[in-house]
Amino acid sequence: MALKDRVNPIERNPKERAKDFSEVSLGYTENLAIIEAKRCLQCKIPTCVKGCPVGIDIPGFIKQIANEKFQESYKILKKYNALPAICGRVCPQEVQCEGACVLNKMGKPIAIGSLERFVADWASKNNIKDEIKIEKKLNKKIAIIGAGPSGLTAASELAKSGFLVDVYETFSEPGGVLIYGIPEFRLPKSIVKKEVDFLKELGVNILLNIPVGNAIEPQELLEKYDAIFIGVGAGTPKFMNIEGTELNGVYSANEFLTRINLMKAYKFPEYDTPVKIGKNVVVIGGGNTAMDAARSALRLGANVTIIYRRSEEEMPARKAEIHHAKEEGVKFQLLTQPISYIGDKEGNLIGIKCVKMKLGQPDKSGRRKPIPIENSEFIIPTEIAIEAIGTNPNKLLLSKFEGLKLNKWGYIQTNEYGQTSIPKVFAGGDIVTGSATVILAMGAGKKAAKKIKEFLND
Amino acid sequence: MLNNIVKKEKLAYGVHLFWIENPIISKKAKPGQFVIFRIHEGGERIPLTISKTKGNMFRVIVKAVGKSTYELCKLKENDYIKDVVGPLGTPSEIKRYGRVLVIGGGVGIAAIAPIVDALINVGNKVDTILAARNKESIILEDEFKDSENLYFATNDGSKGEKLFPNQLMEKLIKEEKYDVVWAIGPALMMKACSEVAKQHNLKIFVSLNAIMVDGTGMCGGCRVRIKDTLKYTCVDGPEFDGRDVDWNSFLTRLSQYKAEEKKALENYLKIVGEPTWL
Repeated sequence: MALKDRVNPIERNPKERAKDFSEVSLGYTENLAIIEAKRCLQCKIPTCVKGCPVGIDIPGFIKQIANEKFQESYKILKKYNALPAICGRVCPQEVQCEGACVLNKMGKPIAIGSLERFVADWASKNNIKDEIKIEKKLNKKIAIIGAGPSGLTAASELAKSGFLVDVYETFSEPGGVLIYGIPEFRLPKSIVKKEVDFLKELGVNILLNIPVGNAIEPQELLEKYDAIFIGVGAGTPKFMNIEGTELNGVYSANEFLTRINLMKAYKFPEYDTPVKIGKNVVVIGGGNTAMDAARSALRLGANVTIIYRRSEEEMPARKAEIHHAKEEGVKFQLLTQPISYIGDKEGNLIGIKCVKMKLGQPDKSGRRKPIPIENSEFIIPTEIAIEAIGTNPNKLLLSKFEGLKLNKWGYIQTNEYGQTSIPKVFAGGDIVTGSATVILAMGAGKKAAKKIKEFLND
Repeated sequence: MLNNIVKKEKLAYGVHLFWIENPIISKKAKPGQFVIFRIHEGGERIPLTISKTKGNMFRVIVKAVGKSTYELCKLKENDYIKDVVGPLGTPSEIKRYGRVLVIGGGVGIAAIAPIVDALINVGNKVDTILAARNKESIILEDEFKDSENLYFATNDGSKGEKLFPNQLMEKLIKEEKYDVVWAIGPALMMKACSEVAKQHNLKIFVSLNAIMVDGTGMCGGCRVRIKDTLKYTCVDGPEFDGRDVDWNSFLTRLSQYKAEEKKALENYLKIVGEPTWL
């Protein structure tokens, strides 16, 4: 049997899209989706499902696309995943469902992510209302702290089971990293809003602008609720802490992206929050956040370089994102490590002193360890530097939660079901694992919700 | 009701007092903590120190310095603040120290009001310095009557001594043995007071008005070097021992958006004309 080539979703021209914040990928047309869906072998034992952290019936929803029954497909998808339009866009499918697809052996895997996105977008475009099926109303209250991917998923699962769910969020908008971290061109905010609206229809009560820990103490939550789920993420940015970190023009990726995504600084002065835009921007790091920051800076008109201390092979970012960044004109300077920032008399950044690196033997992370090359220092002139080197747990809540056991890195310790050292308190997402992906956080939210149900029904 | 302006009062040119209804913040706020306002959809997030609480309301005192604060001061009673998040930050370290000197400069006087009250409540003897440019800029004078001694310092000598607050502080320290000092006001004032405290080996709390976005430790924009380690003003502070603060880099970071701030204010004034409400 001749295997057809994978159908790729339509993407906007890199030169054109690099100038605005509109979405990069336009997704599939109905026809393209059907052709791609028909490539699916409908395996009896679907390995793709095992690769999905939330266990979506992947062959099931793809089969319905192939049959041109998009609404049926959406129904299946939504049964497993509260946020399909988001996951279809930002999941690292290549290492999850698509990575496990048997077609990998014979060619390219099914474009599961793009198909998921297609179905979710189709449903939205055609105003398909989600069925709101709530099991028996239960007179038990659950508090969810953090309206990010893990919290929203847990909320959806628990509300569907009939619990009364209050979600507490410190920001003025729900969504967590989906709102402040992931740029509009990769995940339009309107999509996050739509998926959050569904939760509200399920009866989830979202309380905004409430910093739990300060506005409400953990003890009060413990008294008021039958169970608590903590999904506050790991939001505190790490800095390399090299000389000159205080200089004007040095940003954490979190700050740079929050200014742009949440506060819409790219529309300054129409919007009130500014962001510094230099002629040159250097982004430090090799993850998805680094790509997002670099591509955002590019859209603000800067000449952007990513510097990373290992080689491209070791970069933790998704291949597709690296590819998109390159297409748009982001330069990569690999095997390079910053050692200090250089400022002018007014305290503005003017350059980064770097050292060249070579790769040694694999280290604990399994990746080859970068080693500085002696006497290889050089300076990269730049007005803006953005550090995207990772995050730490946020202290705001955890420091006030008495009796909550943390591990040596300051993350919450849980058992495999997300239960913490306090029996009625569960946790999931980045605040347990350290920074990971949207879908893993959702998987954790789902797992914990299941356990919370069992816990409360006992 | 939530976040409606119950009462507004002009205290001096460009200095306005707001009582905002918000039961959570009024119930939970402790001295030294702050809130973040976003007054409308496209607005900046503006950190403001909580100056007092009463019933379901909390008070902030705002000095108009840029577009966002001009706009905030333009709001009237019964208007709403779109988003108010708080209380944020670590509360002041209130305990029984003995003899305390508290210095408030300009709108910093609003910030020290709850701290002075709390310090007196736990049995400290508190001397207070209210400092400002001139007599007209001294605010909330009536609220410091319970101080052991109340001193004034103005730049032009129109009230109290014609001294900078750090100079008056130096003078008082020579006469009285203080156990701890608070100094809250403009960054340069806090820096100068911290230098005096350092010379006299005296602990001094300052409240850093760093530029921040989220106020929850998430952006790192408010970072400040404290004794060689990076701290986040919003969660580790806003109060730090002024002797440990790297003032030069703090001042540099405060000036980060000078050009953008100027542009935003100019644009705004082009639209609204003369800011007669200030």
